[in-house]
Amino acid sequence: MKKYSVFAIAREAMRGHRGWEQQWTSPEPKAEYDVVIVGAGGHGLGTAYYLAKEHGITNVAVLEKGWLGGGNTGRNTTIIRSNYLYDESAGIYDHALKLWDGLSQDLNYNVMYSARGVMMLAHNVHDVQSLKRHVHANRLNGIDNEWLTPEQAKDYCPPLNISRDARYPVVGASLQRRGGTARHDAVAWGYARGASARGVHIIQNCEVTGIRRGPNGAVTGVETSRGFIGAKKIGVVAAGNTSVVMNMADVRMPLESYPLQALVSEPIKPVVPCVVMSNTVHAYISQSDKGELVIGAGTDQYYSYSQAGALHNLEHTLDAICEMFPVFTRMKMLRSWGGVVDVTPDRSPILAKTPVGGLYVNCGWGTGGFKATPGSAHVFAHTIARDEPHPINAPFTLDRFRTGRLIDEAAAAAVAH
Amino acid sequence: MLLIRCPYCEEERPEIEFRHAGEAHVARPTDIASISDEEFETFFFIRANTRGTVYERWRHVHGCARFFNAVRDSMSDRFIMTYKAGDPKPKKLPGV
Ligand SMILES: Cc1cc2nc3c(=O)[nH]c(=O)nc-3n(C[C@H](O)[C@H](O)[C@H](O)COP(=O)(O)OP(=O)(O)OC[C@H]3O[C@@H](n4cnc5c(N)ncnc54)[C@H](O)[C@@H]3O)c2cc1C
Ligand SMILES: [Zn+2]
Repeated sequence: MKKYSVFAIAREAMRGHRGWEQQWTSPEPKAEYDVVIVGAGGHGLGTAYYLAKEHGITNVAVLEKGWLGGGNTGRNTTIIRSNYLYDESAGIYDHALKLWDGLSQDLNYNVMYSARGVMMLAHNVHDVQSLKRHVHANRLNGIDNEWLTPEQAKDYCPPLNISRDARYPVVGASLQRRGGTARHDAVAWGYARGASARGVHIIQNCEVTGIRRGPNGAVTGVETSRGFIGAKKIGVVAAGNTSVVMNMADVRMPLESYPLQALVSEPIKPVVPCVVMSNTVHAYISQSDKGELVIGAGTDQYYSYSQAGALHNLEHTLDAICEMFPVFTRMKMLRSWGGVVDVTPDRSPILAKTPVGGLYVNCGWGTGGFKATPGSAHVFAHTIARDEPHPINAPFTLDRFRTGRLIDEAAAAAVAH
Repeated sequence: MLLIRCPYCEEERPEIEFRHAGEAHVARPTDIASISDEEFETFFFIRANTRGTVYERWRHVHGCARFFNAVRDSMSDRFIMTYKAGDPKPKKLPGV
């Protein structure tokens, strides 16, 4: 792998940019791998990268039914934060946040992590109580989060409407300054390039259609649209399709897959300097470096694999955006799209061993797993390599829905992202 | 937005009149206090989450307010049929 640097840019400029190499190779699948990862999203590619880099396991393939990064990784609104309520969540999301801060250097790939701050608005007494509780809980866990008055919030984000006459007036806000955004595609591409350079095979257009198991019940490989591929260990990182893949090994999951939509506006000059979220009116917004407003909606009410949601959800979100930012009422929206998000009953992820030998699962990130990509991939690689969880993901078991040890971020009102 | 036929009102109405109510035909155990943790997990948390034909409950909240069941294709979101609560899970689906 040739290193990217300012010298490389200068050198290539001199010779008409003919020396750039492919960022990753597309080899033919081998007959067998030590580890097969199902799903080339950020979490799957990152897992392969850390397997190679931190555990020296390079006989690895990442199988992807479509194109790399074409799942939720390439469809999300890229909000990054770690201000979750419970200690377990704080552990895993802040592990990720620490890795974001240095990921571009580690990967030698600009993932454009921008710690521009994530502001969460309070509109009523319940919001104030809930957000302040988060601020205190976060601080006890060493995670930055602070309380702002409406005036301080407007100082930080000038286009915000803090009029007392608004239908849902802003009565305060919490701010995590280390939160922000990153470039979603670059995360997938950067991990793919780093993994490929260490010998990992990335195989696109290769759908896993079955999981083969030996006489002792442990996995022996996967059936795919490109034939059987042997595997000593399998890591399923298939987001919205996790139930489908796990069923191939007779494991039934506590998951439901819902459509989740987002949209972007026409590009405009910089106006929204941070990420603004409101759980009560249900909208969140940031501005990309290209100038588009990036807006996220809520999930549809029914489960679906269609990767498309209903228009009335987008309308509802835009109503809320216009309420918070009256200055945007006359803007045009350019594109909208949907992904399929895998939601657990307690809204916390599952990163764990399974009842099947050699089968591991990383799923349940639902509407908010992009922010966790580096941390999730890092501890999941550890889980696969050592056949035991890292202390950080040890609480995120599959059997917590039997033992009752839920990590109930849903009840904690940390809605969405 | 989906168009959903309420089997009680006997007409197709827009989705915003309805509330989705999860997987259908998940029977609540009659002696819930005595079942094992595994049985409770299966009843309460585990879901089929099928990619294909799904059986689900809906409630016509802004209409007759009654629960009913539907069969839908979760890849196309097309409704195959709806039927009243308490009716058995259909063995043969129309047009399938
Ligand atoms: C509209 C939207 C907005 C979001 N906004 C945010 C946000 O602001 N912040 C945040 O933190 N999170 C957000 N999320 C959630 C976030 O996108 C996901 O949690 C995260 O990207 C999941 O990454 P992943 O790598 O696990 O999944 P994916 O990127 O979906 O990767 C899974 C891959 O598995 C592949 N696959 C599935 N089945 C098979 C098979 N049988 N064989 C081979 N391959 C298979 C899929 O094609 C896919 O590429 C959002 C999601 C959506 C849809
Ligand atoms: Zn009705």
